[in-house]
Amino acid sequence: MADQGSAAPGTAVEKREAPIPSAGTAVVRSDRVENPGFPPYRPRVSDLDPKKERQNERRVAWFFWASIIGTVFAITAYIAFPIVEGDMASVRLNNGLLGLGIALALLSIGLGAVHWSKALMDGHDLVEQRHPTRGSEETRARAAEIFTLGNKESGFTRRKLIRNSLIGALAVMPLPAIVIFRDLAPAADPNALLKHTMWEKGMRLTKDPNGVPIKASDVTLGSVFQVIPEGLYDTEHPLEEKAKAAVLLMRLKPEDLHVSPGRESWNYDGIVAYSKICTHVGCPVALYEQQTHHLLCPCHQSQFDITHEAEVIFGPAKRPLPQLPISVDAEGYLVAQSDFHEPVGPSFWERVHD
Amino acid sequence: MTDTMERPSTTGATQAQEGPGRGMRFTNWAANWVDERTSMSGLVKELGRKIFPDHWSFMLGEVALYSFIVILLSGTFLTFFFQASMAPVEYEGSYAPLKGLEMSSAMASTLDISFDIRGGLLMRQIHHWAALLFVASIGLHMLRIFFTGAFRKPRELNWVVGFVLFVLAMGEGFTGYSLPDDLLSGNGLRIIDGMIKGVPVVGTWISYLLFGGEFPGEAIVGRLYTLHILLLPALVVAAIGVHMVLLIVNKHTQFAGPGRTNDNVVGVPIMPVFAAKAGGFFFIIFGVIALVASTVTINPIWNYGPYDPSPISAGTQPDWYIGFADGALRLVPPGWEFQLGPYTVSMNILIPILVLVLFLLVVALYPFFEAWITGDKREHHIADRPRNAPMRTAIGAAGVTFYAALWAAASSDLIATHFRLAVEGVTHAIQALLIFGPIIAGVVTHRVCIALQKKDREIALHGYESGRIVRLPGGEYIEVHEPLSDFERWKLVSFEEYQPLMVRPDARGRITAGQRLRASISRFFFEDRISPVTQTELEAAHSDHH
Repeated sequence: MADQGSAAPGTAVEKREAPIPSAGTAVVRSDRVENPGFPPYRPRVSDLDPKKERQNERRVAWFFWASIIGTVFAITAYIAFPIVEGDMASVRLNNGLLGLGIALALLSIGLGAVHWSKALMDGHDLVEQRHPTRGSEETRARAAEIFTLGNKESGFTRRKLIRNSLIGALAVMPLPAIVIFRDLAPAADPNALLKHTMWEKGMRLTKDPNGVPIKASDVTLGSVFQVIPEGLYDTEHPLEEKAKAAVLLMRLKPEDLHVSPGRESWNYDGIVAYSKICTHVGCPVALYEQQTHHLLCPCHQSQFDITHEAEVIFGPAKRPLPQLPISVDAEGYLVAQSDFHEPVGPSFWERVHD
Repeated sequence: MTDTMERPSTTGATQAQEGPGRGMRFTNWAANWVDERTSMSGLVKELGRKIFPDHWSFMLGEVALYSFIVILLSGTFLTFFFQASMAPVEYEGSYAPLKGLEMSSAMASTLDISFDIRGGLLMRQIHHWAALLFVASIGLHMLRIFFTGAFRKPRELNWVVGFVLFVLAMGEGFTGYSLPDDLLSGNGLRIIDGMIKGVPVVGTWISYLLFGGEFPGEAIVGRLYTLHILLLPALVVAAIGVHMVLLIVNKHTQFAGPGRTNDNVVGVPIMPVFAAKAGGFFFIIFGVIALVASTVTINPIWNYGPYDPSPISAGTQPDWYIGFADGALRLVPPGWEFQLGPYTVSMNILIPILVLVLFLLVVALYPFFEAWITGDKREHHIADRPRNAPMRTAIGAAGVTFYAALWAAASSDLIATHFRLAVEGVTHAIQALLIFGPIIAGVVTHRVCIALQKKDREIALHGYESGRIVRLPGGEYIEVHEPLSDFERWKLVSFEEYQPLMVRPDARGRITAGQRLRASISRFFFEDRISPVTQTELEAAHSDHH
């Protein structure tokens, strides 16, 4: 179909001037200091002295030759200083010499090119005029005309039924692209998973990472153990289990512990076990201050007081670290009485919701 | 569009016409061959002599661009060897202390790159240093744009594009940091997981979907890898393309100087001077990164070991550009979490996220805010000296202080151990700094700017102090002031001045709340102001002296 507008471009449009944009609250003065115009050109030594010019020319060439030397050096270093297995010094040497060669090759090209441009290329400033960013009035009028024609010829705004159903179709069309991401994760509800760890009644507390069971008699006063459940590394997903089940074991004097009702039997003779996963955003709470019995999270400095059931005494965390109820089995090894009584780790929306 | 004008005084007789040599004949043939198939001559005509103004601060954006190219080159090398998989393997490489340890393929292949592939460690370190430089130079570039007002019309959109690049760069940084699956990167992901879980209603599910099950799972490294080497780089390249096209359309800003006006661009042409300078500068940036990478270790993952949810070392730090986010988490006072019926609301996570988002939003939208206050619809191509826009500079200083406080908080534990202070004391001090620091910095900066403007006025009117003391016949001592040349003075007197907005009733005789708000902010901005020296004042000052 013939473009009606193109037969006589801009005929329907009067020649218009662009409006002068508002200066807002800017102060416009009549007696501004006048722009003095360009200062005279200050010649460089290489403009005036042909000797200096040749000197600079040689200097630039030297830079480029130095670059070639750097490249050769880098390749030589790559071959001449191989990595010897188990020898850290050889790695360092290979890395350092290869890198220095490459650095020399690159820097020399760069410095040579910049020196060339500054010392030898024409040093005069040039001037270019700016134009308003907005299109000329003719261009804008033609653009508006094209849109009008497009609308008229397609009937986009006139045929509301078509337009609205198209908008509707386009709006819902991306939904499958969202839905198909459901299987990024398995079908199971994460809530159930987050609320349980692998700890269960009678499961032994073992040392992290060797899995050796811990006897209550081994836990001396003031000592601290990094603990994992027995058989952790035989599970299907040991890291996921460990991210929930990691525990810190400490022995305090029983009289230092302030035990709340219902938890009297959760410690064994001053030995207490707390989740190692911070209740803030889940870092391992790894730093134990033996003198004060405080646990410190190295990520965001939340502090937990073990004498008061790991309540928060400083930092962004809100909840105390969950306590793992423990006792000893017939052979004197420390065992869990049950799983934690609340979800471990960072808070989440459905944490206390069933 | 770009009709380059050579000033008459500059066109010397230096370009001697030579007869075509053999090399020239080939060049001519090749240029003709290309042009007859592509119309390339049009592009060369448009852009070849485009003028770029010169100032050291204009290089910051170039640093960002060139370090991104270095990132692309070194990153491509790394992809040839890196295995983006969390499948457990036994490490059998040549780094003895970790031999026989079970770890993910990602970690093992990163160790192989470091210890078994010649130049691999160098490429890793070039990639990491270049990434740190990339984000840093974007940040400095943004500060330059902000403090010189180069975001004003017609460049507001390009500011937003640049802002998007800044956010993308941080995303690239974080996804890359997480790929080796070492202890530090795993803990970084653990923090992200904790933050996502703190989001109401959807947090638990988003974390679950992102990690492909429970944390850490075996999916996240592969997924971040796709983001890191495909999606995010594509977006970065696209945004850089838009950024450059708008740069060409808008042309570069320039600082005020004799002969420079709002309607011209004064500087060097792309061909040959700018091309040589900028091309050379690329090699210098690449060279400096290579120099640093060959001499300074970065991210020694072999010291951290593979990720394990239980161990962690004290004094862990994120890469510098994530510091402000980590710091925001650290500054939350205890107890900001509550129950809403059966649901848990983690304000200790939500507030920092909200603060960060708001801060970034303010940065992104500032150009539109300032345009609304001044009501100035003209194009601005002369970059302001920061002192000549005192309130903008004060706001910038306040923002920098706010960011710096968050950033410092990410190292609160290191500050405490290094200076033998209590970590609680350091945290409380930074909390105070976060709230009062920006106010103090803003007020001080505002006063300093106005003082500098007064000083400029003084110098423009009466010349600069020569240090020469003269005793007059009457016994009076004076210091001789040397007058400025017109060229020097122009830099001190050519700036825009705004006055506070007066509220006036609109056509219907009403004063809207929006107008009132705008007027009061405008008053806050421009109440204290120093006017540029006028010609009248200049003449009066001169007749005083002589």
